[in-house]
Amino acid sequence: MKTESTLEKILAAGHLAVTSECGPPRGALPNKVKEKAELLRGCVDGINVTDNQTAMVRMSSLAACIIIQNMGLNPILQMVSRDRNRLAMQSDIIGAYSHGVDTMLCLSGDHPRFGDHPMAANVHDIDSIQMVDMVRNMRDEGKFQGGEKIDGSPKMFIGAAANPFADPFELRVARLAKKVKAGVDFIQTQCIFNVDKFEKWMEGVRERGLHEKVAIMAGITPMKSVGMARYMKNKVPGMDVPDEVVQRMAGVPKEKQSEEGIKICVETIQRLKEVEGVRGFHIMAIEWEQKVPEIVERAGLLPRPVV
Amino acid sequence: MIIAEPKPIDEIIDSLKDFNRILVAGCDGCVTVCEAGGMKEVEVVASALRIYFKQAGRAVTVDEISLTRQCDRPYTAQLADKIDQYDAVLSLACGVGVQFLAEDYKNKPIFPGVNTCFMGGTEEKGLWTERCQGCGKCILANTGGICPIARCSKRMLNGPCGGSSDGRCEVNKDIACGWHLIYERLKELGQLDRFETPTDPKDWNTSRDGGPRKVIKEVSRL
Repeated sequence: MKTESTLEKILAAGHLAVTSECGPPRGALPNKVKEKAELLRGCVDGINVTDNQTAMVRMSSLAACIIIQNMGLNPILQMVSRDRNRLAMQSDIIGAYSHGVDTMLCLSGDHPRFGDHPMAANVHDIDSIQMVDMVRNMRDEGKFQGGEKIDGSPKMFIGAAANPFADPFELRVARLAKKVKAGVDFIQTQCIFNVDKFEKWMEGVRERGLHEKVAIMAGITPMKSVGMARYMKNKVPGMDVPDEVVQRMAGVPKEKQSEEGIKICVETIQRLKEVEGVRGFHIMAIEWEQKVPEIVERAGLLPRPVV
Repeated sequence: MIIAEPKPIDEIIDSLKDFNRILVAGCDGCVTVCEAGGMKEVEVVASALRIYFKQAGRAVTVDEISLTRQCDRPYTAQLADKIDQYDAVLSLACGVGVQFLAEDYKNKPIFPGVNTCFMGGTEEKGLWTERCQGCGKCILANTGGICPIARCSKRMLNGPCGGSSDGRCEVNKDIACGWHLIYERLKELGQLDRFETPTDPKDWNTSRDGGPRKVIKEVSRL
């Protein structure tokens, strides 16, 4: 074992892992973090805490992680390269680990253009792949990127994202290979609605043996309504929502659409369980965290193993 | 070349409205090519200023000149014998030219007439696009001759990010994804193996992050 991370232990024991996420509030409201995290108790192995997602200012991921850590749950620190240079990243990483946060996710982050601070400078001193390499080096070599020794190195279980649906498709496996080379331990994918395309991507992943070097967790998002399905199809960069999914949501009465969304999501999980190399699920129930326990239960992923 | 665009005339008038003898100074270099600050634009701005002052009922002198380059002292020196005739200069050169004039003529207010934008080229008539950010350590050899620093909205060195769609950038469909272009070009060149090689974090010390920069060529200083 590289770390004390619960997620690492679950994966190492051969269980299908389950993670979900908690978006921190847009204000100093610690109880909001607690309420959201409490909904996930007992049904996930880790809680991703987003880092100024969609380029909107929120309570810092690190602060919200500490709140969740103190509740006896397992936060996963998300960090984007957009807002911090490598000094700030490394200091936050050792700070997080000092509070017991032992799992993190390295991302590039949405461009500020999408948020409510389009006038902000974006940092991108290093990119997400370089961040993975930096954190691995901090953990395994006990060194800062500058080369100096760390006195008390952070033992982080390191994650990254992958989007099998972005273009050019044929580069997507190659880019995953780069993340693996950088030392990533687990991957959480973009929300999967186009299962056929995801399976095709996984074929490419298996051809290169990458599924044996990194634990791939399939990204799952329940849709509340046909409106949300259309929005995700048309407005969210890098999202692939096939027409059949939109039509299926549109085919049921409005009051039953949320149930249909949950059904699609459970069916997707069942189908993905059969895909070789899928090691778990990352459920991103955007502002719908209360549905996560139901999804996990209906997908047959309860109770969560104790490791 | 350095690409610039003319400032709005209202902003220029606001800078100059209290002066009586104004010299509008263009530059025959980059800003002439990108049609922002050459002799042609000097004439346009000077005419607009004259119209403004006439309507305001003020007798103001507005003269015109364009220098071969405003970023080179032998040419800025050509203003030495006439600068005292003016109480303000509007420079249509890039930010370098404006600053060179301000350094050379310390008691004279120099105002910028253009917004200096980037280093780029003429894509087509009337369209100029960015190609280089002057990072000081060129990596084009590894990226198929296409710069990810200038062309990727997140200046990723190991792109493309997950927002690339149909060869377009997530920021805006009008922006080509720099990494998609790199990929296509490397494929064309039979160099896709370059994509597989992770690029190390960049040393930004040679970029603006290292402070104002200088280039010294010793042999030219002897």
